[in-house]
Amino acid sequence: MTARVLRRVAIFVVSVLAASIVVFLFMAVLPGDPAQVALGVNATPELLAKTRAEFGIDRPLVTQYFDWIGGVLHGDFGRSYVTRDAIGPQLLDRLGVTLWLVGAGMLVALVIAVPAGTFAAVKHRKASGAGVSGLSQIGVAIPAFLAGIILVQIFAVQLRWLPSGGWTPPDQNAGEFLRGLILPALSLGLVQGAVLTRYVRSAVLDTLGQDYLRTARSKGLRPGQALVRHGLRNASVPVVTVLGLQLATLLIGAVVVERVFVLPGLGSMLLDAVSARDLLTVQGIVLVLVAGVLLVNFVVDVLYTVLDPRLRGS
Amino acid sequence: MKARIPAVAAVLLLAVTGCSAGSSASVSAGPGTLSVGFTAEPANFDFTRTDGAAIPQALLYNVYEGLVKLDAQGRIVPLLAKSWTISPDRKTYDFQLQQGVRFSNGAQFTAEDVKFSLMRVKTAWTISIKSTMDVVDHVDVVAPDHARVVLAKPSNGWLFSLTSRLGAMFSPTGVADLANRPVGTGPYVVAARKRGDSVVLKENPGYWGREPAYSTVVLKYIKDPTALNNALSSNGIDVISAVTAPDSVPQFQADDRFQVIQGTSNSEVTLAMNNQRAPLNDVRVRRALTYAIDRKALLDTAWAGRGTLIGSMVPPTDPWYEDLANVYPFEPAKAKALLSEAGVTNLNLRLRIPNLPYAVSAAQVVQSQLADVGVRTTIEPLDFPAVWLKQVFTDHDYDLSIIQHVEARDITTFGKPKYYWGYDSKRVQQLLAEADSGTPEQQVADMKQVARQLNADAAADWLFLFPNVIVAKAKVGGFAANQVSESFDLTGLAPR
Repeated sequence: MTARVLRRVAIFVVSVLAASIVVFLFMAVLPGDPAQVALGVNATPELLAKTRAEFGIDRPLVTQYFDWIGGVLHGDFGRSYVTRDAIGPQLLDRLGVTLWLVGAGMLVALVIAVPAGTFAAVKHRKASGAGVSGLSQIGVAIPAFLAGIILVQIFAVQLRWLPSGGWTPPDQNAGEFLRGLILPALSLGLVQGAVLTRYVRSAVLDTLGQDYLRTARSKGLRPGQALVRHGLRNASVPVVTVLGLQLATLLIGAVVVERVFVLPGLGSMLLDAVSARDLLTVQGIVLVLVAGVLLVNFVVDVLYTVLDPRLRGS
Repeated sequence: MKARIPAVAAVLLLAVTGCSAGSSASVSAGPGTLSVGFTAEPANFDFTRTDGAAIPQALLYNVYEGLVKLDAQGRIVPLLAKSWTISPDRKTYDFQLQQGVRFSNGAQFTAEDVKFSLMRVKTAWTISIKSTMDVVDHVDVVAPDHARVVLAKPSNGWLFSLTSRLGAMFSPTGVADLANRPVGTGPYVVAARKRGDSVVLKENPGYWGREPAYSTVVLKYIKDPTALNNALSSNGIDVISAVTAPDSVPQFQADDRFQVIQGTSNSEVTLAMNNQRAPLNDVRVRRALTYAIDRKALLDTAWAGRGTLIGSMVPPTDPWYEDLANVYPFEPAKAKALLSEAGVTNLNLRLRIPNLPYAVSAAQVVQSQLADVGVRTTIEPLDFPAVWLKQVFTDHDYDLSIIQHVEARDITTFGKPKYYWGYDSKRVQQLLAEADSGTPEQQVADMKQVARQLNADAAADWLFLFPNVIVAKAKVGGFAANQVSESFDLTGLAPR
């Protein structure tokens, strides 16, 4: 088991480094000059040259890369071309917002999907089960930003129960924080919840047909008891896989949802940085996002062994 | 299992309704707080080293003050200078300063600070508009309340530039960390900021002038126009500083909780024609394109009819404004005649535009109207600012482009032959130079000549002047309809 985890760690580190090279190269070929964007329309050629030197973008690409990745390994993401502040602390600050959003979105998805999916599986021959399946089908088809726009129209603009956007840090005002998190979390979570419902349903359905469940029933357990004691753990393996993939989707979905709800997270930081050609910042954010996705995959891999003892030996 | 599902649902429902019961979604805490929504966020607070409109919009006149400012009608009026006199050779300016003025860090404001601030533009500023201050030869401190500025040559443009961020007064004790801690003499100080979200301004307790009506102003930064509208509709903000989605205005006009204030701006939406490139270097071709475009129809389609037709690079708030909007009426037949006179057939032009809503919608109208006179155009939307700035603005790789020119009095760009217009007229260059050095009367007369010449040469086609549309809650008053300066001036706002 230790060897397996160590191998996974090695794969994780190599993947992040490979990703850092790809991210860096993408930024290098992106058209547009950061110095020109920073200086605006009246920049003189002398000032442009001076600013390029100040940003360090007049040096060879290889030097720039090693300089950057060397700094990142020490936790130094460099200074933003636009704000001229250190990028690292900003990244951390914005990451906090995004993690709250993704976490809340995932919670919403789970709270919907686990009961609804199980219900749809247990009642798959009944109209109520089919109804849940149908609803989830509709949910799958709605993109998160559209869900966001609709939720804002109903709950913020028409009913005025919840804010249409904005962010209050939890330590500043917990009530406002929760109120502000509800709509973004719902728009992210409803869609993912619908997707997840379908996987939970098929996993539970699969488990329901297994011999060991029939054996459990024949011991005298009621259907619900049999499912909870013997079925759910088995059903959870495929669900955890999908959950890992979904976390990645949620991170990406958060980029758009943050714009709709005006949340100061990584996503809105990324969009601003791209349009301002704040390349160092873009590199930093993308690297953090890529590392996050790889980390989730890594955790999922490790979770398999925890959930399924049969994998521990191999 | 059966019982558990409704239970979970009930808990969720309770959580949601419990959080929202009875309270509105307003962030406006108390009557002394005003919340204003903007689309562009300041990258930092240092406009001496970072370009962009968002920093002066937030800070000028509110946190920083200059010797003079622009009033709502666009006139230069006293601020930190009580009065000033100009020598007969128009090179020496004597400013009498307000007394008892302190910076927000407690330092006294004197003529020494005037000298420090104006000379510092030359040495410490890096943004390119600082060159306007090159004309300053030196500054004398005659008395603590009397500063004398001596110019190398007369310049009307210099005094005007003092109304912009270039004229902001700094204290030598307050410039250590301009990007994070601005120190000015204005009625507000920066109290807090949350990147990607907001900047909070609080009343400066030691302010020398009239106390502002709102003791706290939250500047909320919301990039998406729909989200901005939603924030106002749902009580998240009190004011939209400038509406960027004109189709949404009627919805607010119809609702008596809100008021819509519309005026003019400094922002000319211009169809730039590359004057250096054949066949656009032929004035007949440029005139033909100008005759071929129905600007009224374009304004209606592209910007919901909100805006002003101008005909040259001059907004109505400039002293030398003349209505030149109808010099080239919409006459496709005349356009075709001019094109054939110039011997131009089968014209195919690249219309390279920034990927911004106004430019995209205007470009589609231009394309279809030019097609009617036999001119084909290929629309190429470019990522703005990065790609457009590089390819069109710097490398002049374009035939036609559409962009807002937002700076005040940017008609002077037609005096620079290297500018991306590619317009090189000795007469215009000479008139601009004379206007800058002459008396104010001469300046007005010369600038009128410049505007007429640009119009006659069809140096570009000024499609329309962008409107300044403010939407606010009905209870907020004191807005200036016309946007004349770089500042979103909070000092006049008050409950009504």
